Amino acid sequence: MLLQRFLVRLLTMLVTLFGVAVVVFVVIRVAPGDPIAMMLPPGASDADIARLRALYGLDKGIVQQFFIWLGGVLHGDFGTSISLRQDVLGLVFNRLPATLELATVALLMAVAIGVTAAIFGARSRGTAIEAGIDIASGATLSIPDFLWGLVLILLFGVLLPVFDISGRVSPQLDLPFVTQFYLVESLLRLRFDLTWDLLKHMLMPAVALALPLAAIIAQLLKQSLKEVLDLDYVVLARVKGFSETQVILREALKNAALPTLTLVGVQFTFLIGGTVIVERLFSYEGLGNMAIDAVINRDLPLIQGIVLVFALLFVLINLAVDMMYALLNPRLRHG
Amino acid sequence: MDEARILRRGLSPRLWLAGGWLLVALLAAIFAPLIAPQDPLAQDLMLEHLPPFWLDGAEPGYWLGTDSLGRDLLSRLIFGGRIAFIVAFAAASAACLVGSALGLIAGYFGGWADRIISRVVDIWMAFPPVLFAILLVAVLGTGLSSVIIAIAVIDWTRFCRVIRAEAMSQARMDYVESARIAGYGRIGIMLREVLPNVVPSVVALLSLEMGIAVIVEAILSFVNLSISTDDPTWGGIIAEGRLSIHQAWWVLVFPLATLILTVLSFSQFGEGLKARFDPVLR
Repeated sequence: MLLQRFLVRLLTMLVTLFGVAVVVFVVIRVAPGDPIAMMLPPGASDADIARLRALYGLDKGIVQQFFIWLGGVLHGDFGTSISLRQDVLGLVFNRLPATLELATVALLMAVAIGVTAAIFGARSRGTAIEAGIDIASGATLSIPDFLWGLVLILLFGVLLPVFDISGRVSPQLDLPFVTQFYLVESLLRLRFDLTWDLLKHMLMPAVALALPLAAIIAQLLKQSLKEVLDLDYVVLARVKGFSETQVILREALKNAALPTLTLVGVQFTFLIGGTVIVERLFSYEGLGNMAIDAVINRDLPLIQGIVLVFALLFVLINLAVDMMYALLNPRLRHG
Repeated sequence: MDEARILRRGLSPRLWLAGGWLLVALLAAIFAPLIAPQDPLAQDLMLEHLPPFWLDGAEPGYWLGTDSLGRDLLSRLIFGGRIAFIVAFAAASAACLVGSALGLIAGYFGGWADRIISRVVDIWMAFPPVLFAILLVAVLGTGLSSVIIAIAVIDWTRFCRVIRAEAMSQARMDYVESARIAGYGRIGIMLREVLPNVVPSVVALLSLEMGIAVIVEAILSFVNLSISTDDPTWGGIIAEGRLSIHQAWWVLVFPLATLILTVLSFSQFGEGLKARFDPVLR
């Protein structure tokens, strides 16, 4: 049953990825600008242009170009970036870790803030504290990450300059890293001075990404906690003499978490989508920032590669959440 | 629905506050040439980075100060509202029209129509929306219509998903069955019976989407891909403010506050309307 579900999901995932590849290819080929003309100095001969067009495969028909590109992608060859003149896959892998680290830190913060707020709200249900949490989460939710980023830049970059608001790491530092997972590697190498510097750069963009998600978690989890708290087994735990906080943490949380989990999965893809503009805002050297440069430079192979990697990330997260839900939900496990 | 009773209940404070701000901002945008104290494009390097009126060194007539080219901030905000509201109304309506139509078809008819439309929605959801918007505007060329088309092309899925689910549950209701027995055709039932019942959801989403459209336009202006660089836009002013943040904080603070108020108002207005029309919540 689970395996069947997994295989069906895997198949739809491949269809989705193929669809994304087609859409991005069609959109890009509608582009009026000629990327080859932008690469060459003025006065280049027609023969030079034709040679470059052939080099990048732009002289063939559009359907043929698509399948040549798709064939390459399936072999791990995403082509060569036009503006940076490097292998697209190498460029993407170089930047992806920075984005993954940022998104993961943001997710952890969102869960920590959201769950804390939900527990406080459920504990003090019916009081002014709950109403306050409702209003705060409602307002937080309505303001998107882009605006939170700007608010944070004003508060902690200008008014109270305690955090860095630009870049991924202080440029004067000598980095001993061999991978691009700077944060993970700094921890493994016990170089906590570097960890601190990385976190100081990451904190503001991560908070901007985390706040809307934290608000959603707070609202939904509080709602399910309140429903669970009226059930018999929770009432029994209360009769046994557990305090309200103990009841929530030991009994209610586990059963209330399931609907929130599904939602967090979907929202996590939105969070990753948000890194594109938040990275730009904080000059954070991740995949999203590179994507915007790629669009501005009309770097078709690089755009294709980045969009496809983002799409792969999204469908993988959805698949993981779906499987986790099926594993944790007894009705589906034995169904 | 008992219209008279709804009207008698009066407006909730959040509808008042949100609607009030939106009305003020909209009127200011419409009558911008009459209200704006200065020409929003007039540059004067002698007036560079003037502070807002309550600080030392402020000039009369430049209430919120000036930017790095000596342009009046308040006038630029008022004129920037024009583009924000045009984009909000046009993009949200277009997204709503396309998304609701497809959602209604998918939800009510089901079968193949539903399968194809749902698959396309899945594909759309796998794109990072901001990147998709930037890509579309780069491809279509900068300009007001490109921005509107890009937002509509990306965000129709929001309407499609909600309306599909709504229409699906409506299609199973008894009244649809009775209409069928009474001899109405399927399209007739969809338009005359199901459509009116999904309208409250559409209205709330529409208001929310207007706020989102304003943000997306600001993001596009921020990466310099929206309208022409001459016309003031809220995102364009924010981009300038981000650069001169250490010299002139007001160039970032005022457009940011305007944007936050507007987005909050759109979402609260939508929520308020939904609560008002939702028979369960009422």
